[in-house]
Amino acid sequence: MSTELTVHTLSVLVENKPGVLARIAGLFSRRGYNIHSLAVGPTEHPEISRMTIVVDVEDSPLEQVTKQLNKLVEVIKIVELEPRDAVERELLLVKVRADTDTRGKVLDAVQLFRAKVVDVAPDAVTIEVTGNADKLTDFLRVMEPFGLRELVQSGMVAIGRGSRSITERTARPVAVPVPQPA
Amino acid sequence: MSEQDAGTAEPVTGAQSLVRSLESAGVRDIFGIPGGAILPAYDPLFDSSIRHILVRHEQGAGHAAQGYAVATGGVGVCMATSGPGATNLVTPLADAHMDSVPIVAITGQVGASSIGTDAFQEADIRGITMPITKHNFLVTDPDEIPRTIAEAFYLASTGRPGPVLVDIAKSALQARTSFAWPGELVLPGYRPVTRPHSKQIREAARLVLEARRPVLYVGGGVIRARAAKELRVLAELTGMPVVTTLMARGAFPDSHPQHLGMPGMHGTVAAVAALQKSDLIISLGARFDDRVTGALDSFAPNARVIHADIDPAEIGKNRAVDVPIVGDAREVIADLVVALQAEQDAGNTGDYEGWVKFLAGVKGKYPLGYDSPAGGLAPQYVIERLGKISGPESIYVAGVGQHQMWATHFVGYENPNTWINSGGLGTMGFAVPAAMGAKVGKPDTTVWAIDGDGCFQMTNQELATCTIEGIPIKIAVINNSSLGMVRQWQTLFYEGRYSSTDLQRSGEQVRVPDFPKLAEAYGAVGLACDSADDVDATIKKAMEINDVPVVVDFRVHRDAMVWPMVAAGTSNDDIKYARDLAPEFDEDDL
Repeated sequence: MSTELTVHTLSVLVENKPGVLARIAGLFSRRGYNIHSLAVGPTEHPEISRMTIVVDVEDSPLEQVTKQLNKLVEVIKIVELEPRDAVERELLLVKVRADTDTRGKVLDAVQLFRAKVVDVAPDAVTIEVTGNADKLTDFLRVMEPFGLRELVQSGMVAIGRGSRSITERTARPVAVPVPQPA
Repeated sequence: MSEQDAGTAEPVTGAQSLVRSLESAGVRDIFGIPGGAILPAYDPLFDSSIRHILVRHEQGAGHAAQGYAVATGGVGVCMATSGPGATNLVTPLADAHMDSVPIVAITGQVGASSIGTDAFQEADIRGITMPITKHNFLVTDPDEIPRTIAEAFYLASTGRPGPVLVDIAKSALQARTSFAWPGELVLPGYRPVTRPHSKQIREAARLVLEARRPVLYVGGGVIRARAAKELRVLAELTGMPVVTTLMARGAFPDSHPQHLGMPGMHGTVAAVAALQKSDLIISLGARFDDRVTGALDSFAPNARVIHADIDPAEIGKNRAVDVPIVGDAREVIADLVVALQAEQDAGNTGDYEGWVKFLAGVKGKYPLGYDSPAGGLAPQYVIERLGKISGPESIYVAGVGQHQMWATHFVGYENPNTWINSGGLGTMGFAVPAAMGAKVGKPDTTVWAIDGDGCFQMTNQELATCTIEGIPIKIAVINNSSLGMVRQWQTLFYEGRYSSTDLQRSGEQVRVPDFPKLAEAYGAVGLACDSADDVDATIKKAMEINDVPVVVDFRVHRDAMVWPMVAAGTSNDDIKYARDLAPEFDEDDL
C-alpha cells in the first residue's frame, strides 16, 4: 500500500488547540482529498500536537494538499516522510477464534510475527501486533483461516530516522508587533 | 501574549474588554444587530466612540462591512448575536473569503456552560464558518478577548486578506476580567511571505524581455496590495498590454491606451485574445479562475506563465507555472520595475511592436458595444451615461448578473477601490448593503449601487438603515422584470424556455413592487425612467439629492444580452462578440 506513488505520509505539527482536527478533516473533505489514515497525539512540547496523515493524492497533487494545509493558521509545519527514511508503525488488536484444536497454531503465528497475546478466552485469543502496513496485512492473511471475530487498527504513526528532530525549531515562534492605530 | 501592559491592566467586564479591544484595533464603525447572546457587548458600545449602525438583516451587516473594507482599504466590522444572527452572516463571510476582503465578524455565543446543549439560539458558528473564513475563534475565557481581537484584525488584514470570525460566549462577556491590549502576537503557523525572491524576479524579467507576445494579467490582489501606481509604472516602462479581471477593475485606467479591458467569460474580445494568443502571461494577484480561463486545457496554449501571488496555494493550482513568485503584489511589481529598468538602462528592451499592433487592431475591430432597441431603453446606455455623469471619482457597487457585467464594462474606471462587486461567490443582493458600507467609509464620495431588480429585492430593506442613519447612497435599478442573466442562458441554451425567470405576472402592466413607491415608503426618493431621452436628466436629478437615498427605477429592454460571451465549459477560442458571431483575427501581424 505505502509503496504506491500516490500515497504519501505527512507529519503535521499543529497548535494544540480545540477544533484543529475539525479544521484539517474539513479541509480534506471539502477539497476532495483522500485520507488513508490519520493519527493524532501529543509531542514533547505541550503546546504542539502531531498528526500523521497518510494521504492518497491520485486526484490532486501533493503540493496543493500541503499548500492548503499550510494556509491553516494553526498548522505550524508539514514534513513529508519517505518510507525508506522513516520508521512507520500501526497498531492492530484482533480477536481470533482459537479453541483447544487451533490455539497452538495461532500461537505459532503470533511468535513468528513477534506479536503478543493480550487476552484469552475459551474460544478466542486477542492479539496485539505492531508494524508497518505490509506486516499487518500479512499477519491478518495468516490469521484469517482461523476466523477473525473483531479487529481494530490505529492510524499510522511515523518518525524520521537519524538524530534530527522536526519539532525542535518550531518551539520558538516569532512574535509580531500588534499594529497600533494612528 | 506579551504581558508588557499587565501593569496597567484594568478591571472590566468581558464586554467592556471587547469594546476597548475594538477601539484599540482602530475600529470606527460597526454594522450589526443586537440579540440575547451579544447583548452585554451593546451596553459598553453605547458609550463608545465607535459608531454602531443598526442594520435590518445581518447579511446586510456583513456586506456593508465588505463595502466599507474595499472602499477604505481597511478592515470592515460586523456584529451579530448567536444562532440565526450568526448564520445570517454566512453568505457575506463566504463572499469575503472568495474575494479576499478583510472583515472581522463578532458574534455572541450562548454561555459557556450551555455550549453543546442545543440551547436557545445556539449554533456552532465556528464549525459552520471554518471553510469560509480565513480563521475563526471561539472565546470562552474573558481574559483572552484582547489578544483574540488583536489576532483577528492582524489575520484579516495581512497576507492574503480575508474574513475572520470571533465567537464570544455570553458568559465571557458578562464575567469580570482585566483589559490590556497586547504589544505583540505569537502566531507560529502564520508567516505570510511579502518579499519576493530576487532570483525569481530576475528570472521573470528575463522572460519578459524574451517574450514577443506578453500580457499583464492583473487580478484583485493588485487592488488589495494598493499597487495601482506601481502597476502603471511597470506597464508604461515595458509597453506591455494590460487586462484587468472583474476583481481588478480600476487597478489600471480604462482610458489608458495599453488597457484592453476585462478578460473572461464576458470579457472584451481584445482582452480574451491577449491572454489566449500570448506567449507570456504575467499574472499579478490573479488566480486563473474558471470564469477567466474557460476550458483550462485550451487556455492560452502557447503561453509561459509568471505567477505572482501572496498566497502560495494559488500558484500552480489551476495552471502550470514557469516562474512562481510568492509575495505582495506591490513589492513584486516594484522589484520587477527595478529589474526591468536596469535592463533597459543596459539597452535591453522587449520587442512587442507587432503584438501591440495586432491587439490594437482587435480592439478597434471589436470594441464593446450594444444595440439600442427600437422601442425600449438599452440597459448598457443607462450605465454608460451613469459612468459619464457621475464620473470616475465615484464608487460603483454592483449586484450579480447582467447589470454587473454591463457595469464592469460601461462605467469607465480610472481609480482602484471605486468598483465593488461580488466576484467569486456571485452573491445576488450584494449591492445595496455593500454600497451602504462604502458610503459610511467614504462619506464624501458619491456612491452608486448599480443593481438588478432581482438582486434589489433580496436586500433592499437596508434602505431603512440608509435613511435613518443618514447614508445617502444612490441606487440605479436596472429593471428588466426578470432574472436577466438566467434568462439570457435560457435564451441561448434552453430554447427560450423561460422557466421561473419572469419577476412579473406575464402580460401585466402593473409592476410588483413599484420601486419608486417602495423607495418613498423607506423615506428615500424614488425616480423612474423608461426612455433614453430622459436618462441624463434623471441621473442629474438623482445626483442633486444628497440628504436621503435615491432609487432610480430604470425600466429597460428585457431582451438585452451580455456580449461578448464564452459559453460555460468551452474554450476562450470560441468567444462570440454577439449571438452566433465569432471574431476573425488577422494574425498576419503576429
